[in-house]
Amino acid sequence: MGRKLKEKIIEKALAFCALLTILTTIGIVLVLLVEAVGFFREVSIIDFLTQTQWTPLFSQKSYGILPLLAGTFLTTLIAIAVALPVGLTIAVYLNEYASRRFRKIVKPLLEVLAVVPTVVYGFFALLIVTPFLKSFIPGLSGFNALSPGIVMGIMIIPFVSSLSEDALSSVPDSLRQASFGMGSTKFQTAFRVMVPAASSGIIVSAILAVSRAIGETMIVAIAAGMRPQFTFDPTVPIQTITAYIVQISMGDVPYGTLAYKTIFAAGITLFIFTFILNNISYWIKTRYQEKYE
Amino acid sequence: MSKGGTSITKDKIFKGIGLTATFSCLLILAIFLGFIVYQGVERLSLDFLMALPSRFADQSGIYTAWIGTLWVMVLTTLISFPVGVGAGIYLEEYSRKNKWSTFLEINIANLAGVPSIIYGLLGLEVFVRLAQMGNSILAGSMTLSLLILPIIIVSTREAIRAVPKTIKDASRGLGASKWQTIWHQILPASFGGILTGVILAISRAVGETAPLIVIGALAYVPFAPQGPLDEFTVLPIQIFNWVSRPQHEFMINAAAAIIVLLGITFLMNGIAVYLRNRWQNKLNC
Repeated sequence: MGRKLKEKIIEKALAFCALLTILTTIGIVLVLLVEAVGFFREVSIIDFLTQTQWTPLFSQKSYGILPLLAGTFLTTLIAIAVALPVGLTIAVYLNEYASRRFRKIVKPLLEVLAVVPTVVYGFFALLIVTPFLKSFIPGLSGFNALSPGIVMGIMIIPFVSSLSEDALSSVPDSLRQASFGMGSTKFQTAFRVMVPAASSGIIVSAILAVSRAIGETMIVAIAAGMRPQFTFDPTVPIQTITAYIVQISMGDVPYGTLAYKTIFAAGITLFIFTFILNNISYWIKTRYQEKYE
Repeated sequence: MSKGGTSITKDKIFKGIGLTATFSCLLILAIFLGFIVYQGVERLSLDFLMALPSRFADQSGIYTAWIGTLWVMVLTTLISFPVGVGAGIYLEEYSRKNKWSTFLEINIANLAGVPSIIYGLLGLEVFVRLAQMGNSILAGSMTLSLLILPIIIVSTREAIRAVPKTIKDASRGLGASKWQTIWHQILPASFGGILTGVILAISRAVGETAPLIVIGALAYVPFAPQGPLDEFTVLPIQIFNWVSRPQHEFMINAAAAIIVLLGITFLMNGIAVYLRNRWQNKLNC
């Protein structure tokens, strides 16, 4: 009897640990909702979504999220434009062309890129990439969207390449052999057989990369400037949703004020975007796994 | 086969592009790391490690920052290790495959994709305000624990799954209870893999900046923290603070602090990779 009881208690304790993950999600949603509802009681949601000025700390207050969304969109777009082609190229190269030994040496080295803390990437963006870009883009401001966007892309490359590589290597070898047997070159096999066969996995890696870029904080907080502007010009200072939350968190905004609630309104906007992207990718992933296993 | 010639050319061109892309990444990494070392290595000294923060760049050090990072590392490990491994064991060994377990799984996948700064907002409201922990190390460590929980759970499950089923069956066949089998057979056999995942997760927590800024970890803390309820700063926040200043001297300080931070991160990852290789070899024997 004692042993059975002990087994039951242990099972309940373990179940509680698993339950904590659900509580975390509920906590996140509740915290964001409660404070955001407080915010939208004072600011109309229409103004929030349509006004093109974000100036909660100025005397002329305006609460239009569009400038922060534009900044987030711009840096994400640049990051993906870097990470997706390069990451995919590396994945195809390592999986279809490179020797086993080469892959074994290069993969861990690429993973180092994913291990470096983001604050360090911010340092790189501000002190290496921006001065470098300035040397041939004369109009580039000291703080801009281009440099942190590119650095963010570099950071995400190993993420894209390793997820795409997983997708490529889970394609049955018989497909590759069949393609070779038909007389195709490696290039034809890679891009007409392997990549299309692994497309859902590659799409998942792209979606997750977008989600990462949207939520990335420190690189943009350091190198993009802290100026919310409704612009798609990559050469001028901008601000992202995440960088705004950092800016307010570092200041002395009193608890419970409207300015305090703005970070939750910004936070819930960010959360909705990443939540949708993550769910789409999960949905594709589960469908895709059924296909080959 | 008239197109054969161009196909082979395409093949060669892509091979060149692939090689270039791979080596460009490695080259950029080398430039970044070389720049950091070049800028910061001279500033690195025992004084720099032991000095308190100061308005003057040349007198300022990272003592409070690395003590804070150490505190956060220890507390985050103490919190996230048992909870994460516990949840992993539950999902792998106890929970039956039904709608509830699918929901748990989707939820964990989702949590892994939530931006770290959102965890900061959660920690700010729940730990700092509601539980009245203030801007303390404890509040920060709990926030980071929630952040890395999905990583620990996923790696625990993978490690348990890698244990041969025969071991489990043999133990149950000899009359051991479910928990006895887990505690005496499955956990020892999967421990290398679990440990690897935990170390990687903690190394991620050590590099996190944004959630700790949101819960109110300060850039300037005059003294090193004495206990888990003290205010604190960590290395990434100290680096962020120095990078945000216009003076060149502070950039040198930032570079030196980055060397220390990268040292910790790379060391932890190195240990993790070593443990994983050893564990996988043992498991394959």
